[in-house]
Amino acid sequence: MSQATAKNWDEFMEGIWKQNPTFVMILGMCPTLAVTVSAVNALSMGVSTALVLIASCGLVSMTRRFTPKEVRIAVYIVIIATFVTAVDYAIQAISLELYDALGAFIQLIVVNCIILGRAEAHAAKVSPMPAMINAAGMGVGFTIGLLSLGVVREIFGAGTLFGVSLFGASFQPWVVMVLPPGGFFVLGAWLLFFSTLERRKQRKQRNLAEATQNA
Amino acid sequence: MHESAANIFINALLANNFVLAMFLGLCPFLGVSGKLETAFPMGVATTFVMLVASLCAYGLNLLLTAFQLEFLRLISYIVIIASSVQLVEMVLKKYSPTLFRALGIYLPLITTNCAVLGVALFQTAREYDFVQSMAFSFGGGAGFTLALVLMASVRERLQLSDVPSVAQGTALSLMLAGILSLAFMGFAGIGG
Repeated sequence: MSQATAKNWDEFMEGIWKQNPTFVMILGMCPTLAVTVSAVNALSMGVSTALVLIASCGLVSMTRRFTPKEVRIAVYIVIIATFVTAVDYAIQAISLELYDALGAFIQLIVVNCIILGRAEAHAAKVSPMPAMINAAGMGVGFTIGLLSLGVVREIFGAGTLFGVSLFGASFQPWVVMVLPPGGFFVLGAWLLFFSTLERRKQRKQRNLAEATQNA
Repeated sequence: MHESAANIFINALLANNFVLAMFLGLCPFLGVSGKLETAFPMGVATTFVMLVASLCAYGLNLLLTAFQLEFLRLISYIVIIASSVQLVEMVLKKYSPTLFRALGIYLPLITTNCAVLGVALFQTAREYDFVQSMAFSFGGGAGFTLALVLMASVRERLQLSDVPSVAQGTALSLMLAGILSLAFMGFAGIGG
């Protein structure tokens, strides 16, 4: 039992850290940059994508035995589009304000490469449970990616976080952060940060290896 | 509400450039922009798919509205786009096999290029008529090609320069895209 749990946990964590869709695989860039002007938008976009991802990976995995290989991509796309339509109408019903803020990008979840990529590369090969666990990990990883952009851009661009003012009235917002170029700059900066971390880790490991060799 | 077609074209081409201002079609923008000789054909192929998709989406939308089947819009659009990509693929394979191989995996991926679906969705949401839709999709495609070619030219130059090794790869491309995007914001005045 505990071994199975550990395996599920690994499967889940893979999408969050080792294969993070935003920072490691650089997938799904369009919504990542377009909707992250505020933390709330980023969070809701992440959650909707995650829901579509989990549901479609589950269904793709359940139908994997009946899907002819030649038309599988078309089948996946239709499955994904169905769930996206559902999520689209659900958001419209829950909050019209949010729906207007996210705009066409909710419907554009259909063409998010993360979902099709997961369906093709993972869900089509394993049984529903692990497929959905993996999809959940990816969804959470994507949400974290979106949030890390949304938080930075909202703090610098508007001086708020989730709509709460942080610095008081004297704060001069960096308007460029909420404009399109800001999205590119912030994501570029995050990637720089992660590659610096990675580099430091490699150097440490190399030093350690050399030290043990010398000893 | 009634904008002129020329206005829409200029807007989609420069002021609201699909890639640099609306963040549509970033995957091929970052993926195929390494070399100028593949960037330009890729842009042209995408523009063609956009025009076909926009044309079909316009007709289809009339049909769906007539039968009150709007909830099927997304599914039918994506099927149309997938088939027009297939069409482009067959034409390219027949007439230019070298180009077909050079574009490789990115050709079928036009299906999942959000710029193409974006055109169809935006023209529906903004209730453009036929001429407006065509101007919008052509402007969008030309803008996509423009951004792709600019980016590829800059990246070809950068191959020869000395970049800190930490920044190489996607981080550098994103910074470049940010600077290009800043430059395109200068066009904001002529759109409106």
